[in-house]
This record gives sequence, C-alpha cells and structure tokens, in this order.
Amino acid sequence: MEATTLSSTTSPRTEASDPTNGRSDPADLEAVPLRHWGRWAAAAVVLYVTAAFLWSLARNPNLEWEVVGDYLFEDFVIRGVGITLMLTVVAMVIGTVGGIVVAVMRLSSNPVLRGLSWFYTWFFRGTPLLVQIIFWGFLAALYQQIEIGIPFTGVTFASFDTNAVVGPMTAAILALSLNEVAYAAEIVRGGIASVDDGQDDAASALGMTRSQAMRTITLPQAMRVIVPPMGNETVTMLKSTALVSVIGGKDLLTAVQSVYAQNYQVIPLLVVAVIWYLALTSVLSVGQYFVERRYGKGYGNASMSRRWLGLGVTR
Amino acid sequence: MTAQTQQDLAATPMVEAVGVRKSFGRTEVLKGIDLTVRPGEVTCLIGPSGSGKSTFLRCINHLETIDGGRLSVNGHLVGYRQKGDRLYELKPREVAAKRREIGMVFQRFNLFPHLTAEQNIMHAPMLVRGESKKAARARAADLLERVGLAGRGHHYPAQLSGGQQQRVAIARALAMQPPLMLFDEPTSALDPELVGEVLDVMKGLAAEGMTMVVVTHEMGFAKEVADSVYFMDDGAVVESGRPADLLDDPRHERTRAFLSKVL
Ligand SMILES: Nc1ncnc2c1ncn2[C@@H]1O[C@H](COP(=O)(O)OP(=O)(O)OP(=O)(O)O)[C@@H](O)[C@H]1O
Ligand SMILES: [Mg+2]
Repeated sequence: MEATTLSSTTSPRTEASDPTNGRSDPADLEAVPLRHWGRWAAAAVVLYVTAAFLWSLARNPNLEWEVVGDYLFEDFVIRGVGITLMLTVVAMVIGTVGGIVVAVMRLSSNPVLRGLSWFYTWFFRGTPLLVQIIFWGFLAALYQQIEIGIPFTGVTFASFDTNAVVGPMTAAILALSLNEVAYAAEIVRGGIASVDDGQDDAASALGMTRSQAMRTITLPQAMRVIVPPMGNETVTMLKSTALVSVIGGKDLLTAVQSVYAQNYQVIPLLVVAVIWYLALTSVLSVGQYFVERRYGKGYGNASMSRRWLGLGVTR
Repeated sequence: MTAQTQQDLAATPMVEAVGVRKSFGRTEVLKGIDLTVRPGEVTCLIGPSGSGKSTFLRCINHLETIDGGRLSVNGHLVGYRQKGDRLYELKPREVAAKRREIGMVFQRFNLFPHLTAEQNIMHAPMLVRGESKKAARARAADLLERVGLAGRGHHYPAQLSGGQQQRVAIARALAMQPPLMLFDEPTSALDPELVGEVLDVMKGLAAEGMTMVVVTHEMGFAKEVADSVYFMDDGAVVESGRPADLLDDPRHERTRAFLSKVL
C-alpha cells in the first residue's frame, strides 16, 4: 500500500520539475504530503457507525423529541437549572475560600493547625461524596437540636430544631462545600508549593508581612497552577450536584425525577436534563479558557498575544 | 578622606557583627563572624562556595535567625529588642518593619513575574508604606531612569534580559529608600557581557554614598569600589582589610590560594 502511494504521488512531481519544462525554480515545486489511507478508512468506518447510531436514536419513538422540546424550557426545569447553578456557585465559592484556609493551615508552623488540616483532607477525601450527602441529609438523626453557646460551660445563647434549620437545601450546600474544601485545599497547596522560594525572600526583604506576601505575591502566582484544575473541579461539581437528588435537593435532576415519577416520560425528561448539563458544562469550559489566559499574564502567554497584536516588545 | 573617616568612626556603625554564629541542624555554618560597616562604606565579602557568605548576608536582614553573638543594624539589634539585660524576640510584624530599612538584591533577581517592571518597583512602597499610586509611579520612573531602563516599565520580567532584570531588582530595592543595601552575588547569574551594566549601576550607587555589603566574585569591582574586603572560609573571617592590601598582598595562605584561583 505504501509503495503504490509513493509511486502514484511521485510521478506527477517528476513531470513538474522536469528541467525541459523550464520550471526548475524550487519555489514552483509542489510538495505533496504523505497520504495516510489507513486513517481515512478508520475515520470513514467510525463516522458510518456514529451516523447509524444517531439515526436510530433520532428515529427511536421512545425518545419522543416533541416531549423533550415541550419540557426543555418548562418552569420547573428552569428552576431546577437555577438551583443546580446556585449549588455549584455556592459550593465552589465556599470550597475555594475554605480550601485556601485549609491549605495555608497545612503550611503553617503551628503543628496543631497542620494536623487539623491533614485530618480534614483525609476524612473528606476518604469517604464517598454520596455518603456525605446522605449523612448531612440525616443530620437530625445525630443531633436533634443545634445549640449555639460556649462549649463545656452549659451556657447557651440559642437552640434550634435541626430539621428546621438544616433542610435539604442547606444539607446539600454543606455536603458539597465541605467536600470541595478538601479537594481545593490540595490544589491550592500544590499551587503555593510551585512558587519559587526566592519570591518569599524578595517579599520579606521588602518588608512585607507574611500575609501581605501570601496575598499579593505567592497566591497570584500560584493561581496559574490552581486555576486549570479548579476549572475541572467546577465542571465536576456541576455534575455532582445531581447526587443531592437522593435527599431531595430540588436541583435539575430532582426536578425532572419528580415529574417523570408521575407521567412516566422517563427518557425524554432525562434527555432534557442531559441537554442542560451539556450546555452548562460547555459554557463553563469556555469561561475556563478565558480565566486561564488572564492568569498566564507575565509568563509568555500574554506577551505572545500582545506581540501578535503588534503591542509587544519594541526593541 | 581622613576627615571623612574620623567623622564616620564617630558615627554609629551601619552594620556591626560580633561573634555571630549560625547552625543548620548540626552543621555550624557561621563560626563567630566579626564585621563592621560604617555609613557610606562599601564592604565586599569574598570566599569559596559554601563558606557562609549568603547565610551571613541573610542574617543581616533576619531572613535567617542567628544562634549566637550580636548583630545590629544602625544601632538596633536585628530581630531582638534589648530591655535592661534581657533580649526580647521581635514579633514578625516588627521584623518586617525593620526590613524596610535594608534593601536586598539576589543572585537570581527574584523579580515578581506576575507584575511589570514598574509594578515590581511600586508594589512595596504602596503596600507596605501606604504611598500613593502617583508618588510611587513617579519614583518608579525616576529609578528606572537611574538604572538605565527608562521606558521599559511596562515590560514583564520574562521580557527583559538578565542584566535588565537585575537592574529592575536594584531599583525595586531602592524604592523603599533603605540606608543600607545588601547584594548577594548580583552578577553571578549573568552572561559575561551583561555583568558590566549591573556593576555600573552599583558603582553609581557607591559614588552617591550608599552603604553597601556586597558578596561578589568580581575582584575588579572590589578593588575599584570597596572600602574594605572580608575573606571568608568555612564559616569564619580569615582576614579583612583595604582591598589593595588584601587582594594584592594577602597574609594568609588560604586567601592566597583562593585569590590565585579567581584572579
Ligand atoms: N537552608 C539551609 N539548610 C541547610 N543548610 C544550608 C542552608 N542554607 C545554606 N546551607 C549550608 O550552609 C553552608 C553555607 O552556605 P552559603 O549559601 O551561605 O554559602 P556561600 O558562601 O553563599 O556559597 P556560594 O558561593 O555557593 O553562594 C553550605 O554548606 C550550605 O550547604
Ligand atoms: Mg551564596
């Protein structure tokens, strides 16, 4: 196969570069790239199979595309999407802030803080998220009452019924956030560790306090390493919110479940959910691209694009 | 010169080290260093790799703590406050405040890569001293011009050559207006053709009367600019003196051996 490819492509070439034709200028030579017939064949087969599958899917009456269309922008679906988004945003904000705190604790010189931070990460990364969600959902079975006061003294300022305070929504937020804190902490710690020690020396030598150096020198540089995995975390979180349906968290999946439980349109309603999840994760990926670009500043990324725009070095 | 020297002798030393000791774990890296730098003087530290030059320099601005002896800058103990016959360790915040009085330039520049040259210079004055953006920017422009980089303020460190980066680093340290500057092998990471531009900036500073402690392998610079040279080996000062005496006519065998290798 290779041999025939070669001979068929080289024959017109010899004609073109024939000196008697007067076309000996190398600039006129046509370069014919190597053709990979095997790849073409593989691609054709894959496309054919995919097309067949999509065709069968599209024509499958059980999918009921009209039903999908009817439900796609229904109020309860939109509300579910809103709650899924809210859970994602709140869990990621708390998770990131908490993650920075736990990571800084881990790097502190206080052994108690270090140990606590290690324990936290060990516990929350070592148990399934689904179990944690169910656990928070059944918090009332562990503590009927929540009291605010001074521990070990019997002094109590306020006392609440657990079920009244920690509803499914609060339980969902608690579960997702506390879990995210553990993962974010590891990512932030890796980011901080990636910053050169000399940066800390330089900041200290200029008279910055440790927290000033952390906030304005170390963390902004760590962001380059932190942002890409945190983008992935956000996409994962968006999908993990579906797990809170086990405690009735009112998210997108809970919303479609409660409707198909009554009208049995299971597949079309799941397709509605799938379309929304795909749309949201796609938008997030685009956002991640721009955030990454912003934090690449000063490391060649920005300079490359500036040079491309004609704004670069003028030497 | 003699009138000047007498006046300086009367003044408080800018840096005074008496029997300074420092260990990392079990290895003693500084074994009792004595050194005095008077205001306006340039002092060069020379010596083989691992002799403790960087460690001693870092002790001066308390990037490293010392384990024994006394070390004072401008009449104040580094890292401690004396009350009666007791020494009290300073809080991190107080140490940070003291460091503003001491500029430091590193072998590997350590510019902040996420900030432009101008922002590198403006950052600490604004954050640490609460200077206004306008004042900080004006000074940054002055300093950039002084180190020969006028108009380069908007470049990120990655867009500058090594020599340019080191000159920005010097400007950054000067922006805090410190009465004392420490240099740790400021030209060792540079290509030979870039060494001169950095040394020229340092010579300019010395001529303006800046007090400087410079760890260097540039014997030409030491000979031309330094008021005194200290030769260190294995955590101790082997000998010190005026550059002409020490570099041309060393008394100790170890100094002679070292100089014959670097000259
Ligand atoms: N943070 C540290 N922990 C342990 N040992 C260290 C540390 N810093 C320096 N040392 C050791 O202390 C000794 C002195 O190091 P220092 O960097 O002060 O030498 P130097 O004279 O500056 O050498 P060079 O010319 O190579 O820069 C060396 O043996 C080094 O290995
Ligand atoms: Mg050194």
